[in-house]
Amino acid sequence: MPPRVIVTPEAAEVIRRLKEQHGALIFHQSGGCCEGTAPMCFRQRDFHVGPHDVLLGVIEGCPFYVGGAEYKYWEYFQLTIAITTGGGDSFSLEAADGVRFLTRSRMFTDEEAKELDAAGPPPRGSEAFRPAEAGVP
Amino acid sequence: MPNDQPQISVHTSAKLRKRYDNFIGGKWVAPVKGRYFTDPSPIDGQPLAEVARSSAEDVELALDAAHAARDAWGRTPPAERARLLNKIADRIEENLELLAHTETIDNGKPIRETRAADIPLGADHFRYFAGCIRAEEGTLGELDNDTVAYHFKEPMGVVGQIIPWNFPFLMAAWKMAPALATGNCIVIKPASDTPLSLAVLMDLIADVLPPGVLNVVNGHGSEVGAPLAANPRIAKIAFTGETTTGRQIMQYASENLIPMTLELGGKSPNIFFADVMAEDDAFLDKALEGFALFAFNKGEVCTCPSRALVQESIFDKFLEKAVARVGKIKMGNPLESTTMMGAQASRGQLEKILNYIKIGKEEGARCAIGGEQAHLGGGLENGFYVKPTVFVGNNKMRIFQEEIFGPVLSVTSFKTLGDAIAIGNDTLYGLGAGVWSRNGTTAYRVGREIQAGRVWTNCYHMYPAHAAFGGYKQSGFGRETHKMIMEHYQQTKNLLVSYSPKAMGFF
Repeated sequence: MPPRVIVTPEAAEVIRRLKEQHGALIFHQSGGCCEGTAPMCFRQRDFHVGPHDVLLGVIEGCPFYVGGAEYKYWEYFQLTIAITTGGGDSFSLEAADGVRFLTRSRMFTDEEAKELDAAGPPPRGSEAFRPAEAGVP
Repeated sequence: MPNDQPQISVHTSAKLRKRYDNFIGGKWVAPVKGRYFTDPSPIDGQPLAEVARSSAEDVELALDAAHAARDAWGRTPPAERARLLNKIADRIEENLELLAHTETIDNGKPIRETRAADIPLGADHFRYFAGCIRAEEGTLGELDNDTVAYHFKEPMGVVGQIIPWNFPFLMAAWKMAPALATGNCIVIKPASDTPLSLAVLMDLIADVLPPGVLNVVNGHGSEVGAPLAANPRIAKIAFTGETTTGRQIMQYASENLIPMTLELGGKSPNIFFADVMAEDDAFLDKALEGFALFAFNKGEVCTCPSRALVQESIFDKFLEKAVARVGKIKMGNPLESTTMMGAQASRGQLEKILNYIKIGKEEGARCAIGGEQAHLGGGLENGFYVKPTVFVGNNKMRIFQEEIFGPVLSVTSFKTLGDAIAIGNDTLYGLGAGVWSRNGTTAYRVGREIQAGRVWTNCYHMYPAHAAFGGYKQSGFGRETHKMIMEHYQQTKNLLVSYSPKAMGFF
């Protein structure tokens, strides 16, 4: 089954650095204005995952969620979390260092979509993320 | 201190300091950790100023100053507070050109907008709330011959405000004016991309407000915004931004049990009924302008009319004229007075918008105009420019559902009034909407049914004080730019008074 969210090597490096600095992290894909429609990276303890949030995947050991309402539009897109320089004031942790995560996306092929449909919908809520299963020490 | 004097920037003719600290207790105070970041101009990528990269310690200093000032400010007579607000408005108007220039070089928005809208509207908000607070009264209820319920409005105390980068000056004015009018002290954080216009304003009004009443802490969201929003020493938090951070702000507010107002964006429908083309006249011209307004402020507007719904019977004819109108939008250096569309605010914005243009093409939407980055010469090679883009598709596409925050319009058609309402409401958001029709009943019915806080009817993108602004659904809650926002900055004190000498008879 193709992963719903992947990460570029450059972004992965930033995530590893942020983890060293801040501890366990969580990503939540935001909507709305300004820094919206971008992934927000918070300390896990600082963000409360709700029961409707959908766990799209795990990147660098960090759970990546999207809001339940937004998910229906993202269902058939693979997200690539990348990093860009400059700009974007944000509560997201990396922004203070002058870089910003961003979400690129591509539509799944028909075959990939079939595989994903067969596997059933991704899990929701905070308990969906099981660090041990995700290989997080 | 050498950096405590206004300096002439090498990049601009405006009076800007080379470095901005935090404005705390009526003066500029260096950040505790001594860190600064460079604020570049999106016009050409060149640095404009160094700005304090503050931390939680600086938020505490600002809160100390605000708490020290709160009692005296809260007791200052409304007439005096109103006088000072009017004085702030005077200073803004006297320095309109400086503020407009600063806003344009910091944000990239055209100077014709900052001169005609952002700055004058900001001044007017101070005047409006100066008037509101003069006219405000408490109430009393005469419960019976001996018992009276008096209701007094009291300030909340010290409030936190977090300002977005798309209208740095105007959004700050929207939030500061009602909070100050109602007797609150403020700790405000401008966006780190666009801190300059508020900083320049502090220099212009430093002698107007008592020290500590208005405090500005510069820096980043995670380092200043979060410690401010989570701080138990604020009585209310106001935020404009995106949904995930909006949720986080609510979480912080829930931990401290304080109220908040949130404005979180939209995906506003702009609905054109067939009768707009009944005549080829001034009204049709106005409607075409309304269509093209998705590119206003380069689309970096929470209420950007980013979905156009056009009635099927006129779809092709109207779209042809409308796209031609979009083709006339003049892009360029925002400091030129004829430029209608300037630079996107940051590289991150540019990349996000281009990614959505790619998504639109992948989803099978037809690109009617634009659809790519604009490479402008003449020293603007390093700026962030996107051609105004119009896609034709259907409302289920991501480009119809997600806020792109750029000059990208998604157009679809509808058959009946009912379809228009259904498509218009098929969105997670509900901030703005536009309805265009020569038939008043049609416009009224649709306007009432659209689930959005502001329905512009035969107009768009007007932001006068005295018209409430705020969202339905995921666009947030609270209404700004109207006297009703004052309630969000006030406590109600009820004195329930008995004038009877008799025992109440309970015990």
